[in-house]
Amino acid sequence: MRRKGRADLGFRCTTGAFASLVVVIVCAIAVVLVMDAWTSIQKFGLAFWYTSVWNPVTGEFGALPFIWGTLYSSVLALLIATPISLGIAVFISELAPEWLQQPLVFLTELLAAIPSIVYGLWGVFVLVPAVRWAEGSLPDRVRELPFFAGPPLGLGLLSAALILAIMVIPFTASVARELLKTVPAAQREGAYALGATRFEAIRAALFYARSGIIAGIMLGFGRALGETMAVTMVIGNSPQVSLSMFAPHYTMAAVIANEFAEASDELYLSALVEIGLVLFLVTLVVNTLSRVLIWTMSRSATAALEPDVAAAA
Amino acid sequence: MRSSASRRKLLSSAFVVFCAAAVVVALIPLAFILFFVAARGLSGLNLQFFTRMPVPVGESGGGMANAIVGTLVLAGLAALMALPIGIASGIYMSEYARSRFAGAVRFAADTLNGVPSIVIGVFAYGVAVLPFRQFSALAGGFALGVMMIPIIARTTEELLLLVPGSMREGALALGATRARAVFTVVLPAALPGIVTGALLALARIAGETAPLLFTAFNNRFFTTKLTEPISSLPVQVFTYALSPYEDWQRQAWAGALVLVLIVLACSLAARIATRRLERMHARG
Repeated sequence: MRRKGRADLGFRCTTGAFASLVVVIVCAIAVVLVMDAWTSIQKFGLAFWYTSVWNPVTGEFGALPFIWGTLYSSVLALLIATPISLGIAVFISELAPEWLQQPLVFLTELLAAIPSIVYGLWGVFVLVPAVRWAEGSLPDRVRELPFFAGPPLGLGLLSAALILAIMVIPFTASVARELLKTVPAAQREGAYALGATRFEAIRAALFYARSGIIAGIMLGFGRALGETMAVTMVIGNSPQVSLSMFAPHYTMAAVIANEFAEASDELYLSALVEIGLVLFLVTLVVNTLSRVLIWTMSRSATAALEPDVAAAA
Repeated sequence: MRSSASRRKLLSSAFVVFCAAAVVVALIPLAFILFFVAARGLSGLNLQFFTRMPVPVGESGGGMANAIVGTLVLAGLAALMALPIGIASGIYMSEYARSRFAGAVRFAADTLNGVPSIVIGVFAYGVAVLPFRQFSALAGGFALGVMMIPIIARTTEELLLLVPGSMREGALALGATRARAVFTVVLPAALPGIVTGALLALARIAGETAPLLFTAFNNRFFTTKLTEPISSLPVQVFTYALSPYEDWQRQAWAGALVLVLIVLACSLAARIATRRLERMHARG
């Protein structure tokens, strides 16, 4: 009996040692990024984040245009993707006939499986020309707005936001779908019993699942912030802080992808690593918040569904 | 009263139409991407693509033999690193699911899964390139391995939990140690799922470009030396896509087609295996 106990302990320690490597890697990422970014952190301090000069020759680095491009493209992508994702989630979980559900889930998840580089290739040769044409055919009255200023290049923020929206949809849609499933049937039945229409009943279910839906949107936001290849290929890669969706921009991930391998001196490299460090921290916060929301929501949902089980546990 | 009721009904129908339209709007780009990749990829895809080396600009023909071998080498290295760590952590998380440390590992795995791939590249550069002052296949494999670990760990955990509890309890009741119960009963039952989980992880990293740009870098020549820069399919597609030469662009599409086929095959296989396990779980 004691031998068995010792064997079990050995098993636990061995698998545990491998498992601890996962924790070690996450910590190592943070430590390595801070160490490699240290030169830049010390030299520029906070000014790094609000100056917009990026000049490797003179050794001046400010990340503002990259932060602006990243936030602008991601937020715009979310504005496009959120209604579509919610529509998909509702359609699959509430409206579609059963035989259609699984194929639709598979197809939307396929969007998440396509490699980023393939999106980029498609973006360069198909989406960008289409966007250029659409930008050019906008009426002049609209073109006078600051959002649509400048020549219709195609390569620019609008293309990047569109491609990001397509890439983010499967993530938000699948979280929203999963959490709509946890809404107790009583919620909808109650609404119907009160004479609600289908829309009103689903609206009640969506409201019940609201924190889960916010979590899904945040998960999509985390993906959009860090997306690299597809954005790099269509955003035009020109660091500027501009309101225009037609203008080329630059993102944090894109500048690392384009310049890291060529960064010759230590300061340049370290400035790029600092951008990576912030990208790491921001996605960490966004993803963690999203997971906490999902966790509390699915917990309260199980509690509502099975009060006895929850009480017993 | 009456008009309000009909307005509510109208709104409800409009909502249903909106949801259906959302599905269509999302599937249109999917169809477009698959169509273009298939149509343009097929025209560039031939035997040469798999067997020939890239040729200099101006010469026609040539292929991506070095990039295909490079991707295989990188994926192999990544799997070598990620399979033991991922599967063992998955076993730990499912066997000791309620322990506090399992929670920490789960959190770390989910965090790692959300780290942008470009950041993993920067990390791998700091760990595996900078100290040796050399881009290398090893560094690229390391970066991809780090990305694979959380995927394998989480799928292993999920699939082990799908194995009916009665099977594990039966083994333990017969006096088996936990290791024996896991290795002779639980793991074999979940094995097809774990294998396809690994395939899925491989498919995910096979198309990754960003973490390779400054770890494995690129190489115009054929190499299997692990301490040298190595070419890979996604990086080669990236280089060719942005080139002004039509011949190279055609090869980029062919490369994209190969990548999409790899991903499609693996996700279908994984789906079938998971469904089989779920059925077993439902029976058990």
